[in-house]
Amino acid sequence: MIKIVKRDQPSRAIFFFTPVLAIFLTLVAGGLIFFILGFKPFEALKFFFIVPIADKYGFSELLLKATPLCLIAIGLSFCFKSNNWNIGAEGQLTFGAIVSGGVALLFYEQEGFYILPTVILAGAIGGMLYASIPAILKTYFNTNEILVSLMLVYVSKLILDYLVVGPWSNPEGFNFPETRQFSDSAKLPLLFEGLRIHAGIFLALAAVVISWFVFYKTYLGFQMKVSGFSLKTARYAGYKGKKMIILVFLISGACAGLAGVGEITGPIGQLHREISPDYGFTAIIVAFLGRLHPVGIIFASLVVAITYLGAETAQIFMQIPKYTGQVFQGMILFFLLASDYLLFFKIKFIGSKK
Amino acid sequence: MIIDINFIGLIIASIMASAVPLILASCGELITERSGVLNLGVEGMMIIGAISGFALMTVTGSLIIAVFGAMLAGVLISTIFAFLTQTLITNHVATGLALTIFGIGISAMIGKNFVGIPGKEFPVLFEGLKDTIPLLGPILFGHSIVFYFAFALPFITSYFLKKTKIGLIVRAVGDSPESASNQGINVRLVRYACILYGGAMSGLAGAYLSMIYTPQWIENMTGGRGWIALALVVFSTWNPIKILIGAMIFGGLTIIQFHMQAIGVRIPVQFLTALPYIVTIIVLVVISRDSRKIRLSTPSSLGKSFHKDN
Repeated sequence: MIKIVKRDQPSRAIFFFTPVLAIFLTLVAGGLIFFILGFKPFEALKFFFIVPIADKYGFSELLLKATPLCLIAIGLSFCFKSNNWNIGAEGQLTFGAIVSGGVALLFYEQEGFYILPTVILAGAIGGMLYASIPAILKTYFNTNEILVSLMLVYVSKLILDYLVVGPWSNPEGFNFPETRQFSDSAKLPLLFEGLRIHAGIFLALAAVVISWFVFYKTYLGFQMKVSGFSLKTARYAGYKGKKMIILVFLISGACAGLAGVGEITGPIGQLHREISPDYGFTAIIVAFLGRLHPVGIIFASLVVAITYLGAETAQIFMQIPKYTGQVFQGMILFFLLASDYLLFFKIKFIGSKK
Repeated sequence: MIIDINFIGLIIASIMASAVPLILASCGELITERSGVLNLGVEGMMIIGAISGFALMTVTGSLIIAVFGAMLAGVLISTIFAFLTQTLITNHVATGLALTIFGIGISAMIGKNFVGIPGKEFPVLFEGLKDTIPLLGPILFGHSIVFYFAFALPFITSYFLKKTKIGLIVRAVGDSPESASNQGINVRLVRYACILYGGAMSGLAGAYLSMIYTPQWIENMTGGRGWIALALVVFSTWNPIKILIGAMIFGGLTIIQFHMQAIGVRIPVQFLTALPYIVTIIVLVVISRDSRKIRLSTPSSLGKSFHKDN
């Protein structure tokens, strides 16, 4: 017989174990889906999760994809920890890319050490500006931040589309929907010859360190934790709720904006329509899978980045549709949330002898 | 300039047609939310309904199987959400997001083999009566059965919530699950039912898009309508009749954008396309500003998990 018992206290060991369990269950369910689709499950999983990162190039690609995911997820963890549901990081990424791309185009064919920092700063500011819209509407007009931040994603993509088709399109570009290539001074340096991994990874690592410090060593981190735990308690303790809401949105907008900068000044080198394969949405999963913990988010971003690469490899070698990546991402989150049940409840197996 | 009165009728009819998926999904979500559950997976359930309806129509050739199959697909996918949030007590927001990501992925996966296949013609009712009455003829007649159902649904929903016993139970569960539970109502069962109903309506909304409105399968063809449907529920302050008004406004924005392009208004097309999203934000701000009113009309337990300790 099975009996379910409520735990007196959420189990800390299980808190960090469930993400691993969720990944395992996702692999099992993924194998099952491949089997239903008529593929050999183990072979498909191998092409999905091992082949893409088996060589140096693959590993560089993994880091390349994990960088924006990690950066955005770190930003989102500020919001989610304090109970603010910013789900429009994709829009903040896009708007950050627009602003920084615009600045980069101003420096077209110019050289100078000051160009790249200006471009990066512009991206962070762009992301912050865009994130401030749902934040201000939430604090001063009581408007649901989930819906506002999401609607703004669609708006940002349309602004980008307008710019790359219209005023910012490359005059010598035969009407392709893209801008000029940025000058070399506006591009993030590559770390290794022949690989695409670029200096943007340091931005992500810096975000990890800073967030760890803020979460665990500052009063602000403590306030965020309390507000996330219980808004009533936070209000009772006299925390300035409105200020904090705006602050966490700005931080998360800046991170998403920086992720956008990393993409356009790194592997892309210009603005065009498809600057992000939904990194902003996928990072939500990364943030949860990493348990909103900076170190956890590093691991989670690597795991989730594989689903992007795996989807590409599986499509090339096995004609498995590339959307399988998204299916895997959705499943990881499902299984993670489901296994959280074990945090609060114990399953006891009671022998029939009793 | 002579304005053909039937032309105005046709424009109104096309606005109504584009409002249909919003009405269906919003009315479904409204029932779910009235029971205290916030399901952010509308977009995912809708797109699953869209591909299921289109795929079943292509494979079986039967429109009836396709429409009901799409609703069933919505029910099935929402069962995942119901199981997670009600049985495993997961966070509503995160689970709904997972549902949307999963739904978009799986629909594109299934839909791979259905891209570029032409749809079938969906039968319309009262076609012959269209020209009998000026202006009203094209508005009232010559639409699909789903169209008529959608415009009846807000009234049915309103009647259900206000006048029936089950409707009262749903509201009680949403407003105070504790007291409902003390009255002997199975809160979890009611919420399961409301979630699955919401799934069915979102599935139907999706099927309307892929089978009737633009009869073909395009990846991501719901294009945020699921999210607008969610916004409409807030806009309506959980009153089904107001969903009708909201959906007509958004339908109108979509249609006007086409006509403005057609008559050559010199506004960038991207701005016109962005209009429904921008207006959604503005409307949400206007509605939500009065926090007291919102608090009074929001189901009190919305988005909060309920677990009955043994």
